[in-house]
Amino acid sequence: MTAVSYTALFHLLLPEVIVIVTALLVLAADLLISRTAQSRTRFTTGSVLSAIGCIGAITLILSDPQQANVFNGTLVISSETKLVQIAILILTVFIVVLSIESSFTSHVGEYFAVTLFATTGMMLLVSSENVLLIFLSLELLSLSLYVLAAFNKRSSHSAEAALKYFLFGGMSAAFLLFGLSLLYGLSNSTNLVQIARAIKSPPLDPLLAVAIVMIVLGFGFKVAAVPFHFWAPDVYEGAPANSASLIASSAKVAGFVIFYQVMIVGFAGAEGSGDWRSYAPGWVPVVAVVAALSMFLGNLVAIRQTSVRRLLAYSAIAQAGYILLGLVSHTEQSFGALLYYAVTYALTVIGAFGVISIVEEQLGGEKLSDFAGLSRRAPVLSFCMLIFMLSLAGIPPLAGFFGKFFLFASTLSAGQHMLGLLWLVVLAIAMSTVSLYYYLQVLKRIYIAEPPSEAKPIQVPLISQLTLCAIALSILVLGCAPDLFLKWLHQPIRIAHF
Amino acid sequence: MLAWTIYISFLGALALMLPRLPAKAARGIALLAAIAGFTVTISQLLRSPSGAMTTIVHRSWVPSLGIEYHLAADGISLLLVLLTGIVAIAGVLFSWNIEHRSKEFFALYLALIGGVYGVFLSADLFLLFVFYEIAIIPKYFLIAIWGSTQREYAAMKLALYSLVGSAMVLVVLIAAYVVAGAKTMNLLALSQFQFPLHFQMWAFPLTFIGFGILAGLWPFHTWAPTGHVAAPTAASMLLAGVVMKLGAYGCLRVAMALFPHGLDSWGFSVLGLASWRDVFSLLAVIGIVYGALVALVQQDFKFVIGYSSVSHMGFVLLGLMTLSRIGLTGAVLQMFSHGVLAGLLFAVVGRMVYDRTHTRDLAALSRMHLNKAIPFAAVTFVIAAIASIGMPGFSGFVAELQILIGAWSAFPIYVLAAGIGIAISVAYTWRAMQKAFFSDAGPEATAPTLPPISTPERLGAALLIFASLTIGLYPQLLLNLVIPALNSPLFDGLRKGHWQ
Amino acid sequence: MRVFPFLSVLTAVPLIGAITILVLGDKRKNRARILAFAFSFIALALTLILWHRFNSASGELQFQELHAWIPSLGAEYRLGIDGLGLVMLLLSALVVTMSIAASRQIRERERLYFSLVLFLQAGLFGTFTALNFFHWFLFWELSLIPAFFLIQLWGGPRRASAATQFLVYTMVGSIALLLAFLALFHCTGTFDFPRLSELARDGQLVPALAAHLAWHRFTPEQIALLIFAGVFLGFAVKVPLIPFHTWLPSTYAEAPTATTMLLTGAMSKMGVYGFLRIVLPIFSPQLRSMLTVLLWLAVCTIVLSAFAALAQKDLKRIFAYSSINHLGYCMLGIFAAASLTGNSVALTTTKIAALDGVILQMFNHGLTASALFWFVALLEARSGGLRDLNDFGGLRRVVPIFTGLMGIALFSSLGLPGLNGFIGEFLIFRGVFPLATWAASLALIGLLVTAIFVLTILQRVFSGPLNERWSNMPDLTAADRLALVSPIVLMFALGLFPQLILGIINSTVMRLVQQVRY
Repeated sequence: MTAVSYTALFHLLLPEVIVIVTALLVLAADLLISRTAQSRTRFTTGSVLSAIGCIGAITLILSDPQQANVFNGTLVISSETKLVQIAILILTVFIVVLSIESSFTSHVGEYFAVTLFATTGMMLLVSSENVLLIFLSLELLSLSLYVLAAFNKRSSHSAEAALKYFLFGGMSAAFLLFGLSLLYGLSNSTNLVQIARAIKSPPLDPLLAVAIVMIVLGFGFKVAAVPFHFWAPDVYEGAPANSASLIASSAKVAGFVIFYQVMIVGFAGAEGSGDWRSYAPGWVPVVAVVAALSMFLGNLVAIRQTSVRRLLAYSAIAQAGYILLGLVSHTEQSFGALLYYAVTYALTVIGAFGVISIVEEQLGGEKLSDFAGLSRRAPVLSFCMLIFMLSLAGIPPLAGFFGKFFLFASTLSAGQHMLGLLWLVVLAIAMSTVSLYYYLQVLKRIYIAEPPSEAKPIQVPLISQLTLCAIALSILVLGCAPDLFLKWLHQPIRIAHF
Repeated sequence: MLAWTIYISFLGALALMLPRLPAKAARGIALLAAIAGFTVTISQLLRSPSGAMTTIVHRSWVPSLGIEYHLAADGISLLLVLLTGIVAIAGVLFSWNIEHRSKEFFALYLALIGGVYGVFLSADLFLLFVFYEIAIIPKYFLIAIWGSTQREYAAMKLALYSLVGSAMVLVVLIAAYVVAGAKTMNLLALSQFQFPLHFQMWAFPLTFIGFGILAGLWPFHTWAPTGHVAAPTAASMLLAGVVMKLGAYGCLRVAMALFPHGLDSWGFSVLGLASWRDVFSLLAVIGIVYGALVALVQQDFKFVIGYSSVSHMGFVLLGLMTLSRIGLTGAVLQMFSHGVLAGLLFAVVGRMVYDRTHTRDLAALSRMHLNKAIPFAAVTFVIAAIASIGMPGFSGFVAELQILIGAWSAFPIYVLAAGIGIAISVAYTWRAMQKAFFSDAGPEATAPTLPPISTPERLGAALLIFASLTIGLYPQLLLNLVIPALNSPLFDGLRKGHWQ
Repeated sequence: MRVFPFLSVLTAVPLIGAITILVLGDKRKNRARILAFAFSFIALALTLILWHRFNSASGELQFQELHAWIPSLGAEYRLGIDGLGLVMLLLSALVVTMSIAASRQIRERERLYFSLVLFLQAGLFGTFTALNFFHWFLFWELSLIPAFFLIQLWGGPRRASAATQFLVYTMVGSIALLLAFLALFHCTGTFDFPRLSELARDGQLVPALAAHLAWHRFTPEQIALLIFAGVFLGFAVKVPLIPFHTWLPSTYAEAPTATTMLLTGAMSKMGVYGFLRIVLPIFSPQLRSMLTVLLWLAVCTIVLSAFAALAQKDLKRIFAYSSINHLGYCMLGIFAAASLTGNSVALTTTKIAALDGVILQMFNHGLTASALFWFVALLEARSGGLRDLNDFGGLRRVVPIFTGLMGIALFSSLGLPGLNGFIGEFLIFRGVFPLATWAASLALIGLLVTAIFVLTILQRVFSGPLNERWSNMPDLTAADRLALVSPIVLMFALGLFPQLILGIINSTVMRLVQQVRY
C-alpha cells in the first residue's frame, strides 16, 4: 500500500481528467456558443472538440512511461491497461467522427458529453483491480449507455430500447454486486489479488460457486452472452446508430477486458477445467458453456433476421461466444488473441453501424430490402460494407479471420491436455461457417439485387466516406499484417502479472 | 518471379475497380493480366524446368506464431500454375461478350485467379489456407450475379459447401499446428513432424474430406453440378477446370503429405474396408461410375458436362489413393488434362451453344441442326468429346493410363469398375454429342440462324485443344515436372510407408 | 548411316493429305477428290516401293524405327514390318484407293469426307506398323473416329444408331484391350510386342503375372486367362466373331457404300491382324487351353453368318454377313494353328499352310469384298438408291459388262478355283483338317451355303425376266471400266499366281509358327 499525494494521483489520472474536461468543454461550447447554429455545425464542433480531447488523452498516455499501483490495486497503470485505454480512445474517436453527419437529436452537446463520460467509465474500468472501483466505473459506463440509448426522443423504439437496457442492466448490476459482496465476505478484501489468495482451496466452496455464477451473470450481460443476451437485439435495433455503435464496440472491449481480469486475477485457482476428457469444477466450464451457447444461438437465430441491425445484434452475441474462448483458455497467448479480436471486432462494428446510419438516413430504413442494389448507388460505401461483413464472417485476409485463427490456436494450445478444448473449437469453427450465410445475405442484397427503379442516387458525406474507408483499410491491414498490432501486445501481456 | 502471377492478378483486379475505367477496357486489362501471368509461368518453365521444390519468396509474417509468407513451387505446383494460366486466358476470351457489369465481372475473375495461384504456390500452411478461402467469395459473386439457372441458390450452396470443407481443414490445421509445438506452419517442417498415430487417424480423413468436398469426392459432390450449371461460362471453366483441382491439390499436398499414416490399416475391417485408403478409393470409384451414370440420363446439356466432371475427378482421387509413383503421376496429369478439357467442354456448351440458342435442353437442341448452323462449335465439341473419353493422342489417355496401371496392383476390381466408367463415359458423351449437334429431328427449315463463332472464341478453343493435344502426344513435357516433385522430402512419409 | 524412316513417312503421307484437303480442297468442287486420289496414289506407290525393297526371304522385322517417347511409361515410338505387315499395308493402300474411286456419290462436304478417309488410312498404316502397345493403341483408336463420322454424316436413314452402335461396341472392346495391356505392363514393365512375345515363349509371362497380380482367389493360369479374355474381347469385336458381331450388319448397311468398302476391306482386317500379331505370339497357351470353345466360336461364325446372309434381301447386308463368314475362316485357321503339335514336321507344315491361308484370305477377301461393294455402289447410283434383291431382275441384258465384272467378283467370293478367293480358303482347310478335323468338316457347310446365296444373287439380280423399270439402265462408263480393271485383273492374277503374296509372307509365317510351337 503506497501513500500517494493528490498531485501524483491527479497526474496518474490525467488522461481521464482530460476526457472529462473535454466533455465539459463540449457541453459548454454547445450551450453557450453554437446553440443557435445549424445542427450540422453543432455536431461538427462537438465532434471535433471530442476528437481533439481523446487524441490529447492518447498522446498523454503514450508519452508517460510510468507504471503505478495505487491504493492497493484501486488504480493500476501498466502497459497493458495503457494499451487497452488507447484502443478505447481510438474507437471513441472513430465513433465521434462518424456522428458528424447524424441528425437524430437536438441535444448535441449533451450527446457528446455523455459519450465522453462513458469513455471515461471504460478507461477507469480497465485500470482497476479493486472490486469497488470496478463496480463504480461499470455503473458510470452503464448509466451513460442507458442514456445514450434513449437519446432519440422522436423515436419510441429508442425509448423502448433504453428502458429494456436499463431494466436488464440494473438487474444484472444487482447480481454482480451481490456476487462481489459474497467475494468480500469470503475473503475480507476488495482487492482482486488478495481475494484470489484467500479463496484458493479445492474443493469448491458452495458460496464461491454462487459468487462465480453471479459474477458471470453480471459480466455476461455486459458482453451479451447467452443466456444474458435478451437486451441486445432490441437495443441494437432501437438505439440511435451512433449510440448503438458505442454500445457494440468499445463498451464490449472494456467489458471483455474486465471480465477477463476479474476471472483470471480474482478467481485464480478456482478455474477448474473445461477439457472434455478431464472436467474439473470451476468457473472455466461455466464460461465454456456460456460461450458454446452464445455461438450456437447467436448464429442460428441470426439466419432468420430481416433487419440488418438485429442481424448484427445476434452476430454480436455469437462473436461474444468466440471471444469468450480466449477467457476459457486463459493463457498469455489467448489474452493477446482476445484483445486482438475484440479490438478489430469493435472497429468492424463501428464501420458497419456507420454504413447503417447512412443508409437509414438516406433510404429511411435498415431492413435487408433497403440495401438492395446499394453497390450501384454508392460503390465506395458498399465496398466498405463488404470488408466489414467478410471480416465478421472470418474470411481472409481480413482481421476477423486472423483474429479467429489466433483465438482458436491459442485455445487449443491451452490446457494440460493437448487439444482438450477441441470440442469448443470445433463448435466455434462450425458456427463460424454457418455465419457466412447471413453475412452473405447482406452482401447479396447490396451486390446482386437490383436497386428499386425510382431510386435516387445516395449522397454519402465525404467525411463519413473517408472515415469508413480508413476503418476498412485498417481492417485489411491488420488482417494482412497482424504483427503490427501483435508486437504491441506481447510486451505488455508478459509484464502484466497474470 | 512466379509470385508475380499472384500479384499481377490482384493488381489487375484492383485496377478494374477504379471508377473512371471505361467498361470496354475491362476485358482488355483482364486478358493482359491473364497473359502476363501465363508468360511468367512459361518463362519460369523454360529457365529452369526442374521439378524440385524451389523457394520463391520467404519472409517472416507473424513471428510470434511462426507463420511465414513463404511461396515455393515444385513440379506439381508448376503444372497446376500452368493449367491456371491456360484456363484463365481461355476464360477471358470466352467472356469477351459480357456487357452487364463487365468491370466487376473481370475484377472478381482476376481475384479468383490470384487466389488460386496463391494456393498452388504456398509453402506455408496458413498462407495456403488464406488463399484457399480468398477464392471462395469471388466464386459466390460470379455465380450469383452473372449466372443462369437458380443462380442465387447455386452460389450459396457452393459457397457454404466450400466453407464447410475449409472449416474441416481449419480444425485440423490448428490442431496440427498445436500438436507440432505451435512453432511453425511450414509445410515441409510439418510433414517431417511425427504426428502421433491416433491423431493422424482422425486428422487425415477430416482433411481429406475437407479438401475432397471441393474436389468432388462422392457423396459430397452435390454442389458441383448445380454450381457449374448455374455459373457463367468463364466461371464454370474455372470452377471445373481449376478450382476442383484446388481440392485435389490440397488432398495431396496437405492431407497425404502431412498425415501419411492416416492411410494405414485400422486393424479391423468394416464391410470389407480396413483403412481410410480403402474408404476413399471406394468413394472415388463410386464417383467415377455414379457420375457417368447420372450424366447418361441428363436432359440438360450442361448437366451432362457437370456430372462428367465429377466422374473425371473420381479418377484423380483414385490415382491419389493408389499410393504408387505411377498412380500419383497419373493423378496429377489428370488434373491438368481434365482442367483443360473441362474448360473446353463448358466453353462449347455455355458460350458457343447456350449464348446463341438460349437453351440447354438436348431435345430442343436436337431440332436446331447445330452442325450446320455453327460447325466450328460442332468440330470443337467433337474434339473435346474424343479427348475427354480418353482417346489416345490427347492428354486424358496418358493420365488415365497411369492411374489404371497404378490401380492394378492396389485395387484390381476398381480397375474393372473404372473401365466400365470409361465405357459409360463414351455412351453419355456420344449421346450428348449426337443429340446436340448431329440430330435430324426437326425440319431444317425451322432451324434458327445463329451468329457465327467469334474470333476470341476460336482463339480460346484453339488454345485449349492445342494444350491437350501437345501433352497427349508428348506428355514427357509435364512428366518431367511431376516425377522429380514426387521425390521431394515433402512426400517422405508417404514414400516410407507405402510406395511401390 | 541413318536409315530413311520409310514407315513414318508412309504414315505421314495420308495425314498430310488429310490436312491439305481440309485447307485447300474447297475451291472447285472436285478438288477434294482429286487431292485424295493423288495422296492415295502416292501412298500406294510408297507401299509398292516398300515391297520392292523388302527382303522376303527373311522373316525378321524390317524398316525398324525406334525412338523413346515416354520413358517412365515404357511407351516407345517403335515401327517395323514383316511379311504380314507388308501385306496389310499393301491391302490398305489398295482398298483406300478403290474406295476413293467409288465415292462419286458423295456430294456434300466432300472436303471433310475425303480428309476423314485419309485420316482413316493413316490410322490403318499406323496400326499395321506399330510394335509398341502405346503407339499401336493410338492408331487403333485413331481409326475409329473418322469411321464413326463417315457413317454419321453421310450414311443412310438409320445411320445415327448404327454409328453409335459401331462406336460403343468397338470402344468397349478397346477398353477391355487397354485394361489387359495395362495389367501386362504393370507385371512385365514393357509395352513392346516383340519383347512380350519373347517373354511368353520363354514361359516367363504367367509367372510375372502371378507375381504382380497376386489375387488370392485365382491361380496364375486363371489370372492369365482373365488378361487373355480382355485382349480377346478387344479383337473379337473387331473381326467380328459371333456373338460380338451384332454391330456389323447395320453399320455396313447404313454406311455410305464407299465407306463400307473401307470397313470391310481394311478395318475388319485390323481384328485378324491383332490376333496374328498379338494374341497368337503372346497368348498361345491360353488359346490352347480354350481351344475347343474357340473353334466352336469360329465354326458358328462361319456357318451362322452364311445362313444369315442367305436370309437377307438387302444386297449390302448379304455382303456384310458374307464378310463375317469369310473372316470366320481366318479365325478358324488361327485357332487351329494354336493347337498343340509337338515336334512333328508334318503338322508344323500344316500350321504354316493354315496361317499362310489366313493371311492370303485376308488380302483376297479385302480385295474381293471391296470390289463387291463397289459394284453395289455403282448399282445404287443407277437405281436411285435401291439395292434389294427383289428390286432387280434380268439385268444382264441391259448392263452386260457390269454383269460380267460383278459376276467375276461374285465367283471369287464363292471360292471358284482360278480366282483369288479359292487359294486362301483352300490353304486354310488344308491346314485345319489335320489339326481340327471336326471343325473343318462343319465349316464346309459354310462353303456350301455361300455358294447358294451367291448363285441366288446372280439369279435374282442378273438372270431371269427383265424388270421393266431398269430397261434404260446405263452400263459402265469408260472411266468405271478403267477403274475396275485393276481389281479384276488382280483377282485373276492372285488366283493364278498366289505366289505373289505367299512369297512375301512365307518366311514370316514360318517364324510365327516357330514361336507357337512349344
